[in-house]
Amino acid sequence: MPEISQLSGPEAVRVGFYVCHCGTNIAGTVDVKALAGYAASLPRVAVSREYKYMCSDPGQALIEQDIADHKLNRVVVASCSPLLHEATFRRALGRAGLNPFLLQMVNIREHVSWVHLDKKAATEKAQDLVRAAVQRVALHKPLQKRRVDINPSVLVVGGGIAGIHAALTLAEAGKQVYLVEREPTIGGHMAMFDKTFPTLDCAACILTPKMTAVGSHPNIKLWTYSEVVKVDGYVGNYKAQVKHKPRYVIDDLCIGCQECIAACVYKEGKTPDEFNLGLSMRKPIYLPFPQAVPQKVVIDRDTCIEFKSGKCKKTCVEACGDRLAIDFKQKETFDEIEIGAIILATGFKTFAPERNPYCGYGRYPNVYTSLEVERLINASGPTAGEVILRDGKKPASVGIIHCIGSRDANTNRWCSKVCCMYSLKLAHLIKEHTGAEVFNFYIDMRTPGKGYEEFYDRLLDEGVHFVRGRVAEVSDWAVHPSEEGKLVIRAEDTLAGFVRRIPVDMVVLSVGLEPQSDAQDVRRLFNISCASEGWFLERHPKLAPVSTFTEGVYIAGACQGPKDIPDSVAQAGAAAAEALALIDAKSVELEPYTASILEEECSGCKSCISLCPYQAIAFIEEKKKAYINEVLCKGCGTCVAGCPSGSIKQNFFEDEEIFEEIEGVLAYA
Amino acid sequence: MSDKSPDKPKVAFYWCASCGGCEEAVVDLAEAILDVVAKVDIVFWPVAMDFKRKDVESMADGSITATFLNGAIRTSEQESMARLLRSKSQLLVALGACSHLGGIPGLANLFDRASLMQEVYVHPPSTINAEGTLPQTHYQDNGHSVELPALHETVRSLDQVVDVDYYIPGCPPTPKTFLAAVQILLGSELPVKGTVLAPDCALCDECPRKDTKPEKPVFTEFKRPQQMLVDEEKCLLAQGLLCMGPGTRSGCEALCVRGNMPCSGCYGPTSRVRDQGAKILSCLASLVESKDEAEIDRVLSTIPDPVGTFYRYGLPGSLLRRKKPGVRQAPLPSR
Repeated sequence: MPEISQLSGPEAVRVGFYVCHCGTNIAGTVDVKALAGYAASLPRVAVSREYKYMCSDPGQALIEQDIADHKLNRVVVASCSPLLHEATFRRALGRAGLNPFLLQMVNIREHVSWVHLDKKAATEKAQDLVRAAVQRVALHKPLQKRRVDINPSVLVVGGGIAGIHAALTLAEAGKQVYLVEREPTIGGHMAMFDKTFPTLDCAACILTPKMTAVGSHPNIKLWTYSEVVKVDGYVGNYKAQVKHKPRYVIDDLCIGCQECIAACVYKEGKTPDEFNLGLSMRKPIYLPFPQAVPQKVVIDRDTCIEFKSGKCKKTCVEACGDRLAIDFKQKETFDEIEIGAIILATGFKTFAPERNPYCGYGRYPNVYTSLEVERLINASGPTAGEVILRDGKKPASVGIIHCIGSRDANTNRWCSKVCCMYSLKLAHLIKEHTGAEVFNFYIDMRTPGKGYEEFYDRLLDEGVHFVRGRVAEVSDWAVHPSEEGKLVIRAEDTLAGFVRRIPVDMVVLSVGLEPQSDAQDVRRLFNISCASEGWFLERHPKLAPVSTFTEGVYIAGACQGPKDIPDSVAQAGAAAAEALALIDAKSVELEPYTASILEEECSGCKSCISLCPYQAIAFIEEKKKAYINEVLCKGCGTCVAGCPSGSIKQNFFEDEEIFEEIEGVLAYA
Repeated sequence: MSDKSPDKPKVAFYWCASCGGCEEAVVDLAEAILDVVAKVDIVFWPVAMDFKRKDVESMADGSITATFLNGAIRTSEQESMARLLRSKSQLLVALGACSHLGGIPGLANLFDRASLMQEVYVHPPSTINAEGTLPQTHYQDNGHSVELPALHETVRSLDQVVDVDYYIPGCPPTPKTFLAAVQILLGSELPVKGTVLAPDCALCDECPRKDTKPEKPVFTEFKRPQQMLVDEEKCLLAQGLLCMGPGTRSGCEALCVRGNMPCSGCYGPTSRVRDQGAKILSCLASLVESKDEAEIDRVLSTIPDPVGTFYRYGLPGSLLRRKKPGVRQAPLPSR
């Protein structure tokens, strides 16, 4: 273990220490003058200063000047998280002719001032952290970043409006895009809607042109009914494996004439239609919806007689004729692609209202989810746009209950952001289609957004009723003749100050948005993080909203959190722009935090090889030693921790550096 | 030994808490011992020759060239001998696992002194001690008084008591390791202080079964050698046996593995590792096949004595050092 004293002599370590006030963010809780004074007393500290904003130009200039004047060869900055300004201060070192990696940052904002109230204790904690950094930085070695070329193709995962918009933006910029969607068609949730708030444009009218554009764009390789199953590599040079599920119809041969569907031995559909949320039936061979892209039918092997018994007359094959598009023997296939960047636009799922038994969903046939009502209202939906109940009757009164699975301590605490607006939209459309009395039960009406509050005003004028309060129960228990045969909504009216009972024919549950059920798997696959609720985590909530902590992987749309269409599209555009900025830089610098084998010391036990999540370690038979491919190594440190003889070291995280830091923080004065 | 020459290096041997195996290792040098003896003067070796403590006390400070001390330190007498020999010696060499890392006696650090005394003097099935009489450090009878050394609460490695110059690892060190170490010390250039005088590579490097080790041996159960017929050619980890080889310093020429037994880790960690047990655990834990928590627990429960397995020779010298006093004691093994 090298002793610090070995670094003294002609090349004596001279540390410059700087503490940032960050306005009052830090200085309000940490005694920065005392901290600077304390740092000055530590061994090897040649200069110690405090300054209002270290990240400002004068702040950086201060460091540069000191490096020249005081012959500093190490710098410690105590300020905010290194995520924010490590790069800033490293550049300052670079400008002053010092290797940027001779810097160590101490996070006394997020780790100290923002989380403590007691100024004395906070200052002492800051001193401990500063001592650790000053001890550690003495062992820092100059490191060089690596530069690698960037593959200009982009993988977009998810073919909802966000994925579609991102793919088109990139394709228009001349980039090769792979758009992977796991359903047989793109379109996502937006394709299911009838109108969009607040302008009431027809969703299909604005979405389908974009869907068609995706399907025909020369720069977009569209893979529906496909999933990404494996991702390797690193920023600028990812490799992904895409699995194509068999649709039993050959993509290139199917022309979308749908004659096979008409010819199917099933005269009527017998399987609940997924796209219509089970409100209609489909056949085993089907097109998800009329404007599906691609216009290719798909066979559901769970219900197709040929798959079940092998004894079907195969009238579909007959109808297809010499196009020969149907292939019952189709197997899943795989494609390997190389891309420079990845955009995840995997969307959301709606809250399952069975989890709130008081709503009566699943118990009373006339309780619907909002998405089901979208399909009822939609002209190409199961009722061709008629809002009718399951018994075929038109409802004369409808209750729309907000916040089902949102703002609820028992289910999801978050506001799903879109429900107030879509509930208003549904209220308008239901009234327009049926003339029914419509009641909205809401907790708070949240309508921020361009034209949103105006839309709410319009609804108030249209005579829609609004009851402010939580609904306690939906039941068919009549206590008055007027309630016979109706669903009774019991709700507190907090404005009137009493409990109401409102009998209606139809109940609409405004279900909230939730992360996809496999969000955690997807997160692991692409090596990004999720917030505790399961939404994908952005790099910074304000300043890097579409970036993730994995370079070259971006997020767009509702996979990051509940979002309406305008926001999803804006994010998709932003993600595409980020990907373009990365690609058009042509090459990227990689952090030099790679691990390497100490060849002399390696016993060739192979323990590290299977530990590497990036397949960066190989066993060299001739030498009987392990070898780490530096280009593939992402510096995760797993092998370093796992090497049982300590024969792997990682730049910037060498054992000595870490132990020195621990000893520093534990050496109470 | 009788013709004390002033230019010959003076050497001393001493033992503390140990089994005597390290002394055997010296004798096991066989004919080679004569070469060593010819080059040095042995000035103190209680196990082989009649010396008394006062002989050492009468020597000048620093007059012994090198003392080889084996055994851990767990009594007041051992501590005072270690201090005495330190002051009389230019070089103090910790010989064997006990002195190097605490060794097998170091496992006593899983218990406190009181419960150890109870276990040894009151509860053994072969002992009737209804009064619960325990050894005393001081006893007086008929005007004669007898002193016994006090047992410490904690077993320590030699370097936790006095400054140590070099280490010779092993339980016991093989004659080859010992001889090589002595030759290094007799040589013209001494290694950096604190060096462990054995190769600094893990045992797999010199293991005859190295080529049969798979890239990922997978554990569904940790087996023990008595539960199976052990293949004599194949890597022991690949057979489900818990071999400490990947996390243990080499130099023994894989004696145990050649005897069809897994390495139990007596040469300690390499110089780059501070805690052998933690390192081998972090390596092995990733080899458990299941990702299901309950199943992982089941697989790990097939290791009957984790501390005695992963810290068999090094508990006092590890980051753990001992069980925290005052914390609920582990039940003593039932008989």
